[in-house]
Amino acid sequence: MPPTSPSARVNPPIEDYAIIGDSRSAALVSRDGSIDWLCWPRFESPAIFCALVDATRGGAFGVKPRGAFRTTREYVGDTAVLRTTFHTENGEFVLTDAMPIASPDDTHNLLIPEHEIVRVLHCTRGEGAVEVQFEPRSGFAQWNDKLTDRGLLGIRVDTRQGLLTLRSDVTLVMADDRSAAVGVKHLRAGEAIHLSLTWAEDAPAVLPPLGVWTREVIARTLRLWEAWSARTRYDGKYRAQVIRSAIIVRLLAFAPSGAIVAAATTSLPEKRGGQSNWDYRYCWLRDAAFTVRGMVELGHADEAIAFTHWLLHATRLTQPVLKVLYDVYGRPPPPETQLSNLAGYQGARPVQTGNGADNQVQLDTYGEVIDAVWRITVAGHRLDRVASGLIEAFGRYVCIHWSDLDSGIWEPRGDPQRHTHSLVLCWTALDRLIDLQDRGALRARHRELFVKTRQQIRSEVETRGFNAEIKSYTSILDGDQLDATALLFGWYGFHESGNARMRSTYDAIIAALSPRPGLLFRDSAANDDGAFGICSFWLTEHLASGGGTLEEARAAFEATLGYANDLGIFAEEIEPSTGAALGNVPQAFTHVGLMNAALSLAEREASDTRCAELAT
Amino acid sequence: MMMTMVHAGFWGLFASIVFTTLLAASQGLGFTRMNIPYLLGTMFTADRDRAKIYGVLIHLTLGVGFSWLYLFGFEAWHGANWWKGLVLGGVQGAFFLTFGVSLLPGIHPRMASEQQGPTVLKQLEPPGFLGLHYGRRTPISIFAAHLVWGVLLGVSLS
Repeated sequence: MPPTSPSARVNPPIEDYAIIGDSRSAALVSRDGSIDWLCWPRFESPAIFCALVDATRGGAFGVKPRGAFRTTREYVGDTAVLRTTFHTENGEFVLTDAMPIASPDDTHNLLIPEHEIVRVLHCTRGEGAVEVQFEPRSGFAQWNDKLTDRGLLGIRVDTRQGLLTLRSDVTLVMADDRSAAVGVKHLRAGEAIHLSLTWAEDAPAVLPPLGVWTREVIARTLRLWEAWSARTRYDGKYRAQVIRSAIIVRLLAFAPSGAIVAAATTSLPEKRGGQSNWDYRYCWLRDAAFTVRGMVELGHADEAIAFTHWLLHATRLTQPVLKVLYDVYGRPPPPETQLSNLAGYQGARPVQTGNGADNQVQLDTYGEVIDAVWRITVAGHRLDRVASGLIEAFGRYVCIHWSDLDSGIWEPRGDPQRHTHSLVLCWTALDRLIDLQDRGALRARHRELFVKTRQQIRSEVETRGFNAEIKSYTSILDGDQLDATALLFGWYGFHESGNARMRSTYDAIIAALSPRPGLLFRDSAANDDGAFGICSFWLTEHLASGGGTLEEARAAFEATLGYANDLGIFAEEIEPSTGAALGNVPQAFTHVGLMNAALSLAEREASDTRCAELAT
Repeated sequence: MMMTMVHAGFWGLFASIVFTTLLAASQGLGFTRMNIPYLLGTMFTADRDRAKIYGVLIHLTLGVGFSWLYLFGFEAWHGANWWKGLVLGGVQGAFFLTFGVSLLPGIHPRMASEQQGPTVLKQLEPPGFLGLHYGRRTPISIFAAHLVWGVLLGVSLS
């Protein structure tokens, strides 16, 4: 059957996507078995399939039964191996998708492709025709590379950056213009087709065999993921959601450097058809403290330490100035570039790469980085001389610049202001440095300066960051707009969450920023955008840490959890009216928020239980 | 004679380092994907990182061996100079690209063949005619590197 030109497709909802990955790169798989997003060799590389942001021209890699079907899907146990089941009139087909990972022993003993996606479609009941549609569009569909059929060596695309090879036990026929290949095979119960898509920058490329080998690769990947997940120290009621979140954060971590990217995608709109489309395939320093707390307490200290090392390494070239974001190797991200050839997700333009936020000043970043280092140190890991010198330099920088204007956590592209949250994070930076000095982990240099400035910052926040009329901390000093970040002041230790000002701030925020139970807008200026996933989990964080009762915290948490997709995945935002996902997906920060909220709930449960026992 | 061989071996080592560097630069600049250290090293180990280290050592050792062949060649040709080095380098490059690479699937224990495709033991992509499977400009890069190698030996042994 000769392939036709790509038919006009419609982007499925964002929540229809699942992620598979190898902690270096990631692919998004739609509910109908189509890989609509893949960037190789790294998260921020040009996409090879990007139907996600142009359903017609972006290219995809589909495997599915012919004709009508409905699907169900799940991850196999606590792993990143995806299983999609197609139910047709005449049978049932199970598609298993994985990006293989390997243990150190495996890499010593086996030839391992630089990157690989394996796909196995197995007919488990009945029979029917299945089809494979392969439409690579390298360089965000700009490079116009052609397919070459090398017979048993597979169908290849020699791109500017490397070799893409698809091997399959289905006969694939190329389109006349060599832009796509299609194959069809009739399967009966017990039969399967195997596909291996590999990427190589080094020649000779590794081209794995198919069949038994493919199934062994999947089994090996399952074992490694299960072993990793089994190390997770959380046995609470929400274990499934917490482990899924930890796996997603691990998938978004770039293993060679320890960096964690904010999301796997670029340009998914924060508002339907809107223009707030950003490239999130970079690493924001601000995610540090939450990520470190979550991973350390869940028993994945290796990832937290690697991330902290990356933080300190990445900032060496610019210290004591911290940039807002870096790429996975600690370099500045490229400038924003619009890809005018792509139509955008459901027409939402622009589609762009790079990120201009790195030119902003965001003072909260200092508090996040120092807090992350503090958490690692408190967990028992030694602070070396270089790291000590770095965070001390950051502390001195904060003492000089805490009263400067900045862009704040939400990175608006307007004029800088004095943001209350940034000030609280400057306070946090100095508070943690002083604590490290108290613990003897840091030399007691500049102590007086740190103590004095910390007090000045507190005084400024309390006099100008709290609006007595609306009884709430505000987004900017002397302002009257609310900001969800105020819910974190308890978490950072600026106040007890049960403090009167924190309680009244919570009430004001719920009244103004919560469109539905469990959802929260980020600030008053974003009321017509989606609710932010991470902010929604901050509700639980605040309530669990003393701002409310355990029941209130649980109710908030479960309400927010209800907005995950069927696989437990969150994007950046949630549309309040429909519950649909908005923005880039999956969003590491949202999942980090979920893990931390679950940990805080568990702590609160333990604390309440102890109190009850003492009372009896 | 011993001193001459040591001299040739030294320059063979130097020229091989230049050769390896040129090919690595060609790969980095996108002219070819061919990674000769990886290709050689995977004859002895499947480990990607170790293969590259082994491959560099093998390549440099081969370079010393080839420098002695060049030494005998120059002596038979009544002395060395740059253009004789260029000719010998060209002959060696052409031989490697046409005949040498075609032998690789038979010699390399982990290399697949075009006729049988990958197997559990043989998963490495074969180079194809002139090494074209490793990138369209592979023959140019390989040939040019051999020319540089020959000229360096021709000049150093003149």
